[in-house]
Amino acid sequence: MNMKMKLFSYNLADTFIHRLSGLTKLICFLFLTFAVMYSYDIRVILVVMVFSILLMRTAQIQFSQVRLMVIYVLIFIFTNAVISFFFSPEFGTSIYGTSHEFASVFGISLTFEQLFYQVTKIFKYASVIPLGMIFLLTTNPSEFASSLNGIRVNYKAAVAVALTLRYFPDIQRDYKDIYLAQQARGLELSRKAKFIDRFKNSLLIVIPLIFSTLDRVEVISNAMDLRGFSKSKTRTWYMSRNFSRQDALALVVSGLIFIATVFVSIFINHSRFYNPFI
Amino acid sequence: MRDIFKVNTKTIVATGLGAAIFTLLFMYVKVPSPVPETSFQTAYGVSALFATLFGPIAGALISFIGHALSDAIQYGSPWWSWVIASGVSGFIFGFAFKRTKVEEGEFKGKDIITFNIIQVIGNVIAWVVIAPLLDILIYQEPANLVFTQGITAAIMNSVSAGVIGTLLLVAYAATRTKKGSLSMK
Repeated sequence: MNMKMKLFSYNLADTFIHRLSGLTKLICFLFLTFAVMYSYDIRVILVVMVFSILLMRTAQIQFSQVRLMVIYVLIFIFTNAVISFFFSPEFGTSIYGTSHEFASVFGISLTFEQLFYQVTKIFKYASVIPLGMIFLLTTNPSEFASSLNGIRVNYKAAVAVALTLRYFPDIQRDYKDIYLAQQARGLELSRKAKFIDRFKNSLLIVIPLIFSTLDRVEVISNAMDLRGFSKSKTRTWYMSRNFSRQDALALVVSGLIFIATVFVSIFINHSRFYNPFI
Repeated sequence: MRDIFKVNTKTIVATGLGAAIFTLLFMYVKVPSPVPETSFQTAYGVSALFATLFGPIAGALISFIGHALSDAIQYGSPWWSWVIASGVSGFIFGFAFKRTKVEEGEFKGKDIITFNIIQVIGNVIAWVVIAPLLDILIYQEPANLVFTQGITAAIMNSVSAGVIGTLLLVAYAATRTKKGSLSMK
C-alpha cells in the first residue's frame, strides 16, 4: 500500500508553461494527445515526443517528480507489447500488407511488420506521458475547474471535478485512518490472508468510508444550497487567468501540430499508418 | 419517464465525493486478474451504489471522472476508450435510481434482482461492446485481445458491482428509516 503518492504535486515556478492559463493548457493537452492518439506514423509521434520533452525542460520538471509515473507507464507499455504480440503476432502483416520474416520462435514467425507496428505503438503510448505530466504538474488544481468550464463543460460538472480534487486528499486520509484502525483490531489485509478474507476485510474498510462520505455529502450540499449554488445559468471563478498573447501562441502551435498530423495521415500516408514496406 | 435525470446540488456534491472515492479505490483496492491489464476493481461496486442513490448523471460522471483521474495520476494520460466505457457503465447503473425501495429502508428480494439485472446489462454494454470498439477505433489494438479483455472486465465488474454494490445497498437501506415505522395509537 503506497499512500505517499501525492495527487497533483503541483510545482510552483515562474516559467512560460506556468504562465499559460489552465484553459490553454487543457486545450493544448487535448490537441497534442489526440494527435498522437490518431496517428500511427512513427515520424509524427517522434516529433511530438521530442517537442513535449522540450516543453518538460522548459517547465523545469525534475525527473524525481515523475519517476513513479514513468515506472507505471513502462510496466503498462511492456505488458501491452508482450500480450498484443501473443494475441495477434500477424497483426502487423495484416496492416501493412506485406510479410518480411526474419526469425521464428515457437512456430510463430517474427516479421518486420509486426516489429514496426509494436515499436510504433510503444512510442505512441510513451509520447503521451510527458504531455500529461506537464499538464498535471503545472496546472493549479483550483484553476482546473474554470478551464473545464472554459471548454464549454457545464459548470455543474466542472464543480463536481473541483470537489473531487478538493476532497480526494481528505478521503485518502479517512481511508488510511480506517485502514489502520481496522488493522489495530486484528483485521488481516496483507497477502497473508486468503483471497476471500481479504475481499471481506476490504469491504469492512469501504463501508465506513462510504457512510462517512454520505454524511459529508449532506453537509456540503446544504452549505452550497444555503449559499445559492446553481441558482443562475453561469458562474464566475475565483481562480482563472486572463487570456494573453502567449496563450494564443501556444494554442496556434499545438493546433497546427494537430492539423499537420491529420494532413500527414490523409494526404501522405493515405491511412492512419505510415507504411515503409511498399 | 420519472425525473431520474434531474440534477440538484446534492447530486453534484455526491458526484464530486463519489468520484474521489472511486479514484481512491481504483488505485489502491484492486486484485489483479490472470488476463493482463484487467483487475478486479472494487470501485465499480461504489459507482453502482452512488448511481442507484443519485441517478444516471451522477453515476456516469463518477465513473468517468474517477477513472480519468486515476489514469492521469498513474499513467499521465487517461486511456480514453475505457474511461468512456466506465462512464457508460455508471450511466446505465443509474437506471436503478428510484426503481428500488432503498431510500425507504428496504432492499431485498425483488429490489436486489432489479439492481443486479440493471448492473449486469450496464457492464456488458460498457465492457463487451463499447470498450473494445473504442479500443479498435481509437488505438487500433488487435480485436481478439480487446474482446478478451472486455469480456474479462465485464465478468469481474459485474461480480464487483453485484456483490459489493448489493452489500453496500443493504447496509445503506438499514440506515434509512422504514416507511410506516411509526404508527398512531
